Amino acid sequence: MAVLTYRDALTQALREELQRDDRVFLMGEEVAQYNGAYKVSKGLLDEFGPMRIVDTPITELGFAGVGVGAAMVGLRPIVEFMTWNFALLALDEVVNVAAKTLYMSGGQYKMPMVFRGPNGAALQLAAQHSQAWESWLAHIPGLKVCTPGTPADAKGLLKSAIRDDNPVVFLEGEMLYNTKGEVPEGEHIVPIGVADLKREGDHCSLITHGKMALVAMRVADDLAKEGINIDVVDLRTVRPIDVEAIARSVQKTNRAVVLEEGWEICGMGAQVVDFIQRECFDDLDAPVLRVHQEEVPMPYAKNLERAAKPDAGKAVAAIKKVMYLD
Amino acid sequence: MATKVVMEALSPTMEEGRLVKWSKNEGDQVKSGDVLAEVETDKAVMELVARGDGVLRKRLANEGDASPVGTLLAVIAAPDENIDSIVGSAGAAAPPAAQASQSAPAEQTAQAGSASPAKAGAPNQAVADTRESAGRSSVPQSPAQSQGEASTPPQQKAGAQAPAPPPPSRPAAPPRPTAGPPAAPRGNGASHPAAPAGGRQRTSPLARRLATERGIQLGGIQGSGPGGRIVKRDIENAKAAGGGAGRSAAAERLATEGDFKDVPLTQIRKTIARRLSESNGPVPTFFLTAEFDATRAAELRTQLSEMGDQYKASFNDIVIKAVALALAEHPEVNAHWLGDKIRNFNRIHVAMAVAVEDGLITPVLFDADRMTLWEISAKAKDLAKRARERKLLPEEYTGSTFSVSNLGMFGIDQFTAIINPPEAGIIAIGGVEEKPVVIDGQLEVRQRMRVTMSCDHRVIDGATGAKFLQTVRRYIENPLSLII
Repeated sequence: MAVLTYRDALTQALREELQRDDRVFLMGEEVAQYNGAYKVSKGLLDEFGPMRIVDTPITELGFAGVGVGAAMVGLRPIVEFMTWNFALLALDEVVNVAAKTLYMSGGQYKMPMVFRGPNGAALQLAAQHSQAWESWLAHIPGLKVCTPGTPADAKGLLKSAIRDDNPVVFLEGEMLYNTKGEVPEGEHIVPIGVADLKREGDHCSLITHGKMALVAMRVADDLAKEGINIDVVDLRTVRPIDVEAIARSVQKTNRAVVLEEGWEICGMGAQVVDFIQRECFDDLDAPVLRVHQEEVPMPYAKNLERAAKPDAGKAVAAIKKVMYLD
Repeated sequence: MATKVVMEALSPTMEEGRLVKWSKNEGDQVKSGDVLAEVETDKAVMELVARGDGVLRKRLANEGDASPVGTLLAVIAAPDENIDSIVGSAGAAAPPAAQASQSAPAEQTAQAGSASPAKAGAPNQAVADTRESAGRSSVPQSPAQSQGEASTPPQQKAGAQAPAPPPPSRPAAPPRPTAGPPAAPRGNGASHPAAPAGGRQRTSPLARRLATERGIQLGGIQGSGPGGRIVKRDIENAKAAGGGAGRSAAAERLATEGDFKDVPLTQIRKTIARRLSESNGPVPTFFLTAEFDATRAAELRTQLSEMGDQYKASFNDIVIKAVALALAEHPEVNAHWLGDKIRNFNRIHVAMAVAVEDGLITPVLFDADRMTLWEISAKAKDLAKRARERKLLPEEYTGSTFSVSNLGMFGIDQFTAIINPPEAGIIAIGGVEEKPVVIDGQLEVRQRMRVTMSCDHRVIDGATGAKFLQTVRRYIENPLSLII
């Protein structure tokens, strides 16, 4: 199996889907001539031409709306946001139009489109450009929300997202683009809404998604050296959430920690904890703990940024706490 | 001048009331007409109001206490007034002066299960109470609902009776989780705060489930988690240390934590019990009779015996299995009357009456709902044989939660069995015989069986018993459900 970067895995998925279906096209800021702000669309303009790889002005609301219109008349647009922080301007099209049109048209208009781009914090991009939006987007009925954490999941989920007849929000990560992993060639599909058990152990469940999946695997490796073996449940999709996978793991381990990039209040972890208390009440040996960003706008200063972010050390401490080891 | 606050007759027939909740704290300024407390009468939950002005100096009753009308509950007086003599006279009842007419407040909350006398005035306990009632106060409750609310979970009870909380330091070698990692945990010397005295025993949901499954009493276990919480490893250790020992003794079996739920008697339940006992002897019994179609059960028996001796089952075995499964669906029938409460059992131990030379004895099929029909058949045969040989051990004929009596083999069509107290019911089985029955306008010959249930009306109401019998009928008339 080829080892690819997360970026190349996305490019591969885009290329394969552009080849497979000529209704698919990509648009966004700098996606064509500049090969994408993060080079995800490298080489695609040369291969598919300017009708299918479309540069847009710096007008998030405008081109998101163009994408919605194109989807309504039968094309399958992929709208790239340079980051989801900029996509806030386009949320009216995402939330009020893309997510609602199938419903409000009584099923007359499908919305087969993808909104994609990097989500969450990178390094020292400060308060306005370091935010994880998945809990906002996962709140909306009518949207699906993918948060792949590995190159293989990025490829498999992007292909599923492009083929889906519903609007799919696809959250990537600036810090993920250079990470590497094995990626199956060709037709590799990861179904939306299915979690992946990335590590197996009996002592605790660490439930996570997106960028934090990598952190979670590091946590599992660190703890294994101490003889503590954990399940790492990578949700991969946060709407819909694979509740069965969560329940299966927690019913086995009897304790859980939820790790996420975003803030605490109304975060994805709050929803996961709700599922756990409903499905696994009699299986719990300890309250479920959460690891998340501290409740502050992301600081710019390096040391403060590090302190504000969730990390492996915080996750390890939480796992030991639910195991009554601290 | 001091004002005595007494339990007033808040309804014409009220003889005692349960103080559900104090609305004022000691030291609060009160005016005549202020609501002091909420009181559950035999009919409803009512407000007890102040009959004088001043400071609520002393509360003499605890939430959850039931007191006869006229009992001194509290004293209202001036801040500096000496009330020693009044407080000292508590118990010497003064008759209520006024007739209250307020209707029940809709936001009534039920007793929070914290009847511990140590509680009033202990600040940390007060905080806990506030938290506990906060979640309930917004839910309007009728007195009937408050019956369920007031029920004390078993582990809560156990906590109150448990020995002193564990010392704050953990043992040198702390118990590890199952298959625990070999690495030494950090912070070995860390201490967990002890459980609050008189507070409820904290137990993780998993630990509670495991204790129930393994028949381990939580009351005797010291929790090693935060706040004295009993966690999985404590159950594992208790098991290793023989915490489940003595399980075979019937008394232990019934006392096992989590195997039952005690339901405190509401005023209406008390009134029903008292009135019915007056009318009908100590166990106010009524009878429900039904005729079941046993044709399919008879066919099943024939087919089973054709399969070989090891598959044979009697009608008695079939009925016991059906009753056990029905009890599982109707825990309110699987109950004991204990005078001050009803105990609903989660486990099902069915006694069967066996005639012996000079009387009868009732050996017990423990956990009959979990036994297969053939296990029941084999066990029943063994018990009956040893009963006639007078070789039963005491724990084999005590500890039942419900009984079945069968005189079918003597050619009896139908009879009423006497309840075996404190059980709440017994089923009497008549013989299976061919009878003409009209089905869809056609006369058919069917195998019929008459079943009569005796019910202790203090525990089982008519509709409750009837619903239970419906379930028994469903099993007996669809006997495949007994073997799959």
